[in-house]
Amino acid sequence: MTDGYSEKVMEHFANPRNVGEIKDADGIGKVGNPTCGDLMWIYIKVKDNRLEDVKFKTFGCGAAIATSSMITEMAKGMTLEDALKITRNDVAEALEGLPPIKMHCSNLAADGLHAAIKDYLERTGKK
Amino acid sequence: MAFDAIVKYILNLDIPRTMTRQIYMDHSSTTPVDAAVAEAMLPYFSDRFGNPSSLYTIGREARRAMEDARANVADLIGAKKEEIIFTGGGTESDNLAIKGSAYRNRKKGDHIITSSIEHHAVLHTCKYLESQGFNITYLPVNKEGLVNPVDVETAITSKTILITIMHANHEIGTIQPIEEIGKLAKEKDIPFHTDAIQSAGNLPLNVDTLGVSLLSMSAHKMYGPKGVGALYVRKGTGLEPLIHGGGHERDIRSGTENVPGIVGFGKAARLAKERLPEAAEITKLRESLIKGVLEIKDSFLNGHPVKRLPNNVNVRFSFIEGESMILNLDMKGVAASTGSACSSKSLEPSHILLATGLRHEEAHGSLRFTLGRGNTQEDVDYVVSELPEIVNKLRMISPLAR
Ligand SMILES: Cc1ncc(COP(=O)(O)O)c(C=O)c1O
Ligand code: FES
Repeated sequence: MTDGYSEKVMEHFANPRNVGEIKDADGIGKVGNPTCGDLMWIYIKVKDNRLEDVKFKTFGCGAAIATSSMITEMAKGMTLEDALKITRNDVAEALEGLPPIKMHCSNLAADGLHAAIKDYLERTGKK
Repeated sequence: MAFDAIVKYILNLDIPRTMTRQIYMDHSSTTPVDAAVAEAMLPYFSDRFGNPSSLYTIGREARRAMEDARANVADLIGAKKEEIIFTGGGTESDNLAIKGSAYRNRKKGDHIITSSIEHHAVLHTCKYLESQGFNITYLPVNKEGLVNPVDVETAITSKTILITIMHANHEIGTIQPIEEIGKLAKEKDIPFHTDAIQSAGNLPLNVDTLGVSLLSMSAHKMYGPKGVGALYVRKGTGLEPLIHGGGHERDIRSGTENVPGIVGFGKAARLAKERLPEAAEITKLRESLIKGVLEIKDSFLNGHPVKRLPNNVNVRFSFIEGESMILNLDMKGVAASTGSACSSKSLEPSHILLATGLRHEEAHGSLRFTLGRGNTQEDVDYVVSELPEIVNKLRMISPLAR
């Protein structure tokens, strides 16, 4: 199970960053995992086209929690364009790799962030 | 190795030495080999290494040790020594019982009855037979995990050649009404197999009282070595061998016997029988752990409150996932397991929890503690004191909790 969880994954799992919701979020991405039935909600606060704040809530395994934590840390401060460029692989790489069976959890994190940004763009009529 | 060499070896082992206490509560997964078992096995590696089929002294020595072990294993389940076939573990015993019966009785029929909460060793064997043209009935269970004997009776047809229902479930600990099913099987003259891998050593067992014709056991669930098991085959029960060769084990399971392993199994079975009264103590720990853990809000017991293995605690917590609980427990030095989809190789939730009617997300939050000889009330108290914080922490992260 933890077979192959890197130290970085365990570190983020043990001390997840940016946990919680943003009450007056500018965008929310709610994604679910068809593979094993998990949920990831990403909240963003946007200012001057940048992600001023990013928070998450996750119902899932160790990898899902670690990837959520990691992506909030990566995305914070980025422009929306750059944040949309974060790929599923980038998250896994930043965590020094994930066991193959856990790659779908890192997909969820990138998808959740992108969904939150799209939600923001739709709300503000920018898309 | 000389004693000081062993000490040196151990000191050099790459084990992180932390201050966290280590509590093993996963005895249904496997148990440590008892020191007396290891000691009994030791001479059969290099000193008394003979082949039990050989006629000279060290061969005969090995055979005698093996036959003593057979007697001890038989004694644990009230069987005759000649009715014990040694195998390469519990999975093989289940395979041999099911495929061996199916192949032997194919002319009589093609129907097998089992339950939906069997171990994969039984379930996947049945699935395989399905692909070979057999018809399998997978009986449902109620929410406590019990098979209804009436369902067994209704499922029986003139084509039924085997009933295979486990004795005690490895995940939720539920103990099945094997005696009642045994009576039915006997009335209809249908071979009846039970996977007693979790109950052997934990509950008193008697093949005549249970009314079974085939019964699987595994040494590593009772403080014996891994990779050794046994199948009880009642006299007169026909089985087609799966492994052909030199005719060992009454020509049912060929191959030079794993003598050290078998000797270890024999010793473990004997100790298990002597230690059966300890179940009362373990049951007390079980009740204390269940009570303590259920103090946590939105937590539930899985399985049956009393028809339950003495060492099994299976609970579930709403809104959170099992693997993340296991990892947090591990950080506190506690080894346990879960039926969550995320922790399984197939990413499917436990078929057992689903069969008891739980929804996918409910199965997600399940946690299994299986107690053993090494556990104490202090261990239970420690888990009960550490768990609420872990559950709370994960609920803070979960979008489902409020
Ligand atoms: C109920 C049950 N059946 C079968 C097995 C397989 O036994 P073994 O590990 O010896 O192959 C196990 C062990 O996990 C079990 O718990
Ligand atoms: S969230 Fe289910 S495996 Fe990661």
